[in-house]
Amino acid sequence: MLGALVNNYHVQDLSLIDYAATYRIQKECVERVIAGGAQTLLLCEHLPVITLGRLAKEANVLSREAIASKGIRIISVDRGGDVTLHSPGQLVVYPILRLENFKKDLRWYLHQLEQVAIDLLMTFGIVADRIPGKTGVWVDGEKIASIGIGVKKWVAFHGLAINVCTDLEVFDLIKPCGLDIRMTSMTRLKGEPVDMGGVKERLVECFGRGFGLKSEIRV
Amino acid sequence: MSFVTLPDLGEGIERAIVACWYFKEGDVVEEGEDILEVVTDKAVFNVPSITGGVLRKVLVKDGQEARIGEALGEIRETN
Repeated sequence: MLGALVNNYHVQDLSLIDYAATYRIQKECVERVIAGGAQTLLLCEHLPVITLGRLAKEANVLSREAIASKGIRIISVDRGGDVTLHSPGQLVVYPILRLENFKKDLRWYLHQLEQVAIDLLMTFGIVADRIPGKTGVWVDGEKIASIGIGVKKWVAFHGLAINVCTDLEVFDLIKPCGLDIRMTSMTRLKGEPVDMGGVKERLVECFGRGFGLKSEIRV
Repeated sequence: MSFVTLPDLGEGIERAIVACWYFKEGDVVEEGEDILEVVTDKAVFNVPSITGGVLRKVLVKDGQEARIGEALGEIRETN
């Protein structure tokens, strides 16, 4: 029975949702998992928002006037990493996992999240990889997935953002992750539309396989 | 007197940066309560107090780096 509890988790698709609302949901999930509740995977797309991790440098937000004119908020958040941008067409994945069920090792967990994204992209025929020293997932030197996490009582939150059919021009507003890089997306690489619903389904499969978890309830 | 130390964050992680103390010297903290954040690469980690008492001294301040196992703060336990 304990094994079943450890290996089961809930999947919740929040669709297109405001960042602040998702953050409140994340924190509620974190407290539930800390208290012994079921681990959870939240999936969503965000309305346009720029988030600053704890190591973010102000200089990496390139054009505050343009950002303000577009009505995009800038929010400081309790995750690792520098600045990133979320917008519709990007799949944001928030695993709320009890790391003591797996390994109390932050690098291991970040590596596993990268692998989930790499495995997912492979199912769409996209060969992605890591770059040593630059956490995230890359295709021919362009970044397709960004990662930043928070951990409380060894329960992980925040997570992973994968550019599916994102408008990549919005990334011109920032220096993504504080690096001089180009962003890419699944749609750009495939040269054709990629269905977000299909990406979500395969993401759940790759996530379950990667962490040895079985999705119990989908809400 | 007890010390809050930088816990083991995993294989190959030797250091972390103190991002944010939630309390200042003289504040009362509870056992198990998260009292500061440390940052390493792409992760923020909340460090809890191992005992209840008064945060007597912050040894590693915001923005400073610490080694795994290093004392970050000193807590005077209350009975």
